[in-house]
Amino acid sequence: MTDRPVVQRWTGLSRGSTGGAVVLLAALAFVPIVLSANSTQKLTSLFVLVILAAMWNALAGYGGLVSVGQQAYIGLGAYGTIYLANHNVAPYPALLLATVFAGAVGLPVSYLVLRMRGGQFAIATWVVAEVFAIMVSLDKSLGAGTGTSLIELNRYTPDERRAYTYWLALGAMTFLLALLFVLLRSRLGASLQAIRDDEEAAASVGVRVMAGKRILYVVAALGCGAAGAITLSNTLFIQPGSIFGIQWTAYMIFMVLVGGLGTFEGPILGAIILFLVQDWFADRGVWYLVGLGLTAILFALLLPRGLWGALEERFSLRLLPVGYRVRGLPSRARAAEGDA
Amino acid sequence: MSWANAVDKGILLGGFYALLACGLSLMFGVMRIINLAHGDLAVLGAFLVWTVVDHTDVSPFLAMVPVLGLMYGVGYGLQRGLLERSLRAGVLVPLLTTFGLAIVIQNLLLEIFSPDVRSLGGRAGAVTTASWRITGDLAISELGVLILAVAIVVLGGLHLFLAHVPAGRAMRATAQDVDTAELVGIDSRAVYARAAGIAVAVAALAGAFLAIRASFDPSSGPTQLIFAFEAVVIGGFGSLWGTLVGGMVLGVSQTIGAEIDPQYSVLAGHLVFLSVLAVRGRGILGAREAIA
Repeated sequence: MTDRPVVQRWTGLSRGSTGGAVVLLAALAFVPIVLSANSTQKLTSLFVLVILAAMWNALAGYGGLVSVGQQAYIGLGAYGTIYLANHNVAPYPALLLATVFAGAVGLPVSYLVLRMRGGQFAIATWVVAEVFAIMVSLDKSLGAGTGTSLIELNRYTPDERRAYTYWLALGAMTFLLALLFVLLRSRLGASLQAIRDDEEAAASVGVRVMAGKRILYVVAALGCGAAGAITLSNTLFIQPGSIFGIQWTAYMIFMVLVGGLGTFEGPILGAIILFLVQDWFADRGVWYLVGLGLTAILFALLLPRGLWGALEERFSLRLLPVGYRVRGLPSRARAAEGDA
Repeated sequence: MSWANAVDKGILLGGFYALLACGLSLMFGVMRIINLAHGDLAVLGAFLVWTVVDHTDVSPFLAMVPVLGLMYGVGYGLQRGLLERSLRAGVLVPLLTTFGLAIVIQNLLLEIFSPDVRSLGGRAGAVTTASWRITGDLAISELGVLILAVAIVVLGGLHLFLAHVPAGRAMRATAQDVDTAELVGIDSRAVYARAAGIAVAVAALAGAFLAIRASFDPSSGPTQLIFAFEAVVIGGFGSLWGTLVGGMVLGVSQTIGAEIDPQYSVLAGHLVFLSVLAVRGRGILGAREAIA
């Protein structure tokens, strides 16, 4: 064993799977042409779930920030679209602008909520979401508490509308996942993981803790804004009570915990699982939510890195590599091997 | 004159918020856990009191007694069965498990009790509507004074318990340094479980008063958690008496907001909370010690 340890990022498998992911995304673009309207609409809602899971995981899994208030930006994305459409902006540009608006609101809010840590941060984000929800429900031009719909989309036929919304969702998901992939592989990614593992230690070696957290918070606000805008154009009708509802956070926590907190691939897996679970059990209503809560508790306690984390550990899988791995270490050091 | 009325109502409301917040503050002080199911546990307490009243037709004030004992046990068991494991698993896990617990409690209550809005106000007797008239429009609600008095007794009792009773001193020692407390023979697991028991029982007490002074339904929990948290943050984390001040500031903000327009009540409270956060991250009284 005189070989020196090798640090590597890409493996044959991860090159293949990343290439495969690109091919898959390209193939998904043809869905509205090939598959039924129903499948198109369902896949759109799956993409929304993937976006939400990836954003929540970016906050909690990489920044150590447990937010229970991301519905603030989901609601802003949706209601921002309504506001712009009411002011004569065409619906699809309005969706994009509202997404950017949600991300922009995230910046000043971050100065407020990032003063707090842990559970205090969690509830502060929730209060922010409540404030936005109340302000929207006080505004009559936005339909107040009873909700409103994006009637401007009626200028398209239902088929056109479904296809455009689908492509928008696919594009947003691809863009946001790629953005996270690049961010996490950059120097910032390493510093974020250092912050998550030990904030004081990271700060002491010169990691700019606040800047790292702020970037994540704003990206998550942008992503959740996109998810809200797309949800609006997929369902056409929204109410402040549900678009700003805490159930979004329950879904995000479920997807990320089951899929794999702090892994890149896990939240995507978690989103697919939630999508299937919703399809099978949503008609059970209340018991379905009890089940989601219990499953999240069990995963948090028994399998904290989720299904993907367990697979990754067992088979040393890295399909979309955002970390590094060290090969050829003497066996004694192998225990410490893992993500850098 | 109505402004004076709003302030007086707000101060009394602050007593309720302090009662609601005190368990949250205690659990954070001792175990460094923010219990995201705190509001739902309070609402669970309200439903239990409602059930006892419904079956036995006793006064809600009497029905609280067995419920408080039961909820102490719930808190104790929760710490032993769930939170202890969560604490060992890292700083994020208690947040995730208590959030999961909140979802489970809310939906179980919804399944068992239906989404109907209930109140125990009618069952609590004349105290809920009686008031002392000071001048023409200025009146002080008797129930409000009662709740404020209960809050002061609970906060004072906790203060004395932590300062003078051996079990309370052990709790403070554990809050400051678990390892050293263990070295001198304190069983930290039992201390934590007792703290969780007290916190959940006091939450249930607040839930019972919520049911008497207003109304509740299975989805009331999150709002109660937010109010409790705002009271704690405005007053200053880790300070029990600060919680009372924080509760009063929150209460007065809400009643003054409501005086401008009833729809602004909750919003005004949130905005005052966010302003305190923006100006001074540590609250009005600040935290000098872990708990006391």
